[in-house]
Amino acid sequence: MEKALKRLRKIGKKVLYALLTAVIIIILPFILIIRIIEKLINRDILKFDSKKERGPIGSFIINNWLGETYKAQNNRVFVYFLMPALGTFLLFVGLPFIQGIYFSMTDWTGLNDPQFIGLENYVTIFKDYAFGYSFFRTALYSIMNIVVINIVAFSLALLVTQKLKLKNIYRAGFFLPNLIGGLVLGYIWQFIYNRALVQFGGMFDPSILVSGDTALIGLIIVVTWQYAGYIMMIYIAAIQNIPQDLVEASKIDGANAWQRLRTITLPLVAQAFTVAMFLTLVTSFKQFDTVTSLTQGGPATQLPLWIGSIYQKTLMPIVQSTDLVAINIYDEAFVNRNMGIGQAKAILFFIVLLFVALIQVYYNKRKEVEL
Amino acid sequence: MRTDKIGIILLEVLAATLLIVFAYPLFIVLINSAKDAAEIIRNPLSMPTDWLQLFENVKELLSRDNINYFQSFFNSVIITTISLIAIGIFSAMAAWVLVRTKTKYSLVIFMIFLSGMVIPFQVVMLPLVRLLQTMKDITGIPFKDTLHGIILAYIGFGAPLSVFLFHGFIKSIPIDIEEAAIIDGCSKAQVFFKIILPILKPIFVTLLVLNGMWIWNDYLLPILVLGMGGDVQTLPLSVANLAGLYDKEWSLILTSVLMAALPVVILFLFAQKHIIKGMTSGAIK
Repeated sequence: MEKALKRLRKIGKKVLYALLTAVIIIILPFILIIRIIEKLINRDILKFDSKKERGPIGSFIINNWLGETYKAQNNRVFVYFLMPALGTFLLFVGLPFIQGIYFSMTDWTGLNDPQFIGLENYVTIFKDYAFGYSFFRTALYSIMNIVVINIVAFSLALLVTQKLKLKNIYRAGFFLPNLIGGLVLGYIWQFIYNRALVQFGGMFDPSILVSGDTALIGLIIVVTWQYAGYIMMIYIAAIQNIPQDLVEASKIDGANAWQRLRTITLPLVAQAFTVAMFLTLVTSFKQFDTVTSLTQGGPATQLPLWIGSIYQKTLMPIVQSTDLVAINIYDEAFVNRNMGIGQAKAILFFIVLLFVALIQVYYNKRKEVEL
Repeated sequence: MRTDKIGIILLEVLAATLLIVFAYPLFIVLINSAKDAAEIIRNPLSMPTDWLQLFENVKELLSRDNINYFQSFFNSVIITTISLIAIGIFSAMAAWVLVRTKTKYSLVIFMIFLSGMVIPFQVVMLPLVRLLQTMKDITGIPFKDTLHGIILAYIGFGAPLSVFLFHGFIKSIPIDIEEAAIIDGCSKAQVFFKIILPILKPIFVTLLVLNGMWIWNDYLLPILVLGMGGDVQTLPLSVANLAGLYDKEWSLILTSVLMAALPVVILFLFAQKHIIKGMTSGAIK
């Protein structure tokens, strides 16, 4: 009995101190401001003497936070230095994230006071054929994008790590499109597809942005053009880290270029593959600004039969063919003003992205070779 | 040996051809921003008849007062610079105390920062818009459609990656330097600003490049916080606004595209080495 009481008191003391600390952390910035004023008017307003006798709580506060002891100084620096970054982060990312989980379960439209409606929004989006189609298109787009970008980037990296005369110029040139923002690139390529390439006729006339499937390919070309140079740089760094004696030893043993690539280069740059595939995966999934300026989500097309049959449609409705998930969320929230549903879509999108990224990193990690 | 030489020459030709393919879209933008509307329709692939038309287009672009090119250019510059400096210094400060204070609090806080890196922007964007409104209702200070609003938001969104990279770097700095400085009479703040911050220069440059490219080209956060056609516009916003207002008026759109891309390209030509190194080393970590 007495032991339990003692433990309870100990826990109570800990809780009390934690609460006190939390309150002091909020007060500390104000004290900092007062200290600055003190310096300006050259007078002491606050006096915290750690030697003076006080009660247990008083001495705790002075010794740990306000006084001139080493521990108090350390604690204050900890809070002051952490506050700007942590504060803005929690305010603009942490708080909205937690609010967002709640809002995804409300009937929020952006104008009303959100009311809790449980998981109704999630049921709605599972019945929403346009969102299902959008997810399918995003997955299709991401897979093709990852494959194309990585093949192009790796080939470029192999090319510019040869003994070429102008290799630095090539590297810079391939990298250049990456500097221009996605939105601006979208307009450039809209012009190229709709105006310039049409002049060549053949498969480019009418413009490839007019039909759904070719528009997706058009988008992949743009993003590859933009992103391959960046991924190339990652591969270049990895290829240059391959020890030259390995390469030379294999040359003496009579390995040809293809054998060297397959048995030395590929296994040793596996770590770069993990990074590059992760980056391309995340950027393809979150693709927003290039699509808004290139196709605005369009062109309209009919829902494919097999997706329609999942949603038990007999008449196939019209959907937007490059309506990737990021665009779909934005439109749901700001065009249809269904903020609650849009938020539920975003949460679902987050979970899928996290899941896919974890699987990808896990599988790639197993293929890596430690030197 | 001879086959080797021929091989290299072939590769050189291949690389040069690819470079031309990569540069061609930008070349098309350049030649078409020097044409008037009629000439673009007539022949978008030929060289412009008169290069001076480029200046006519620029003049025309600047005269449209609903675009306000200079205003949005300076806004972009201000937002990017202040955000970059603030993200860099604040994150370095946070990372330093997190590394040097070995308690479970600092570990938990570091984990909170890390979890911020996996949250996609789409998840927080809707509540964020509402939050900015609420903050105005509570404090009376507007956060939407203002420079300080978007800069604060950028600090919050940029902090996780920056804290993570600084954290990794500071761990490799020996603590002896700091102890020596404290014995010599430095306060903790002086230790950071006079000793640690200069050591952080390489990783600082990396972060300037990574965050700079992101903030300068960003479209989604500005459109949410500043809004299309509001008082404060950034370059991507005004290009989008222009393209929306003068649909298919390509001579103007391409000129604005050129003027939006030019500052970054010029910067790249001067600081190529830093930019490439910054972007790749940031990714690998």
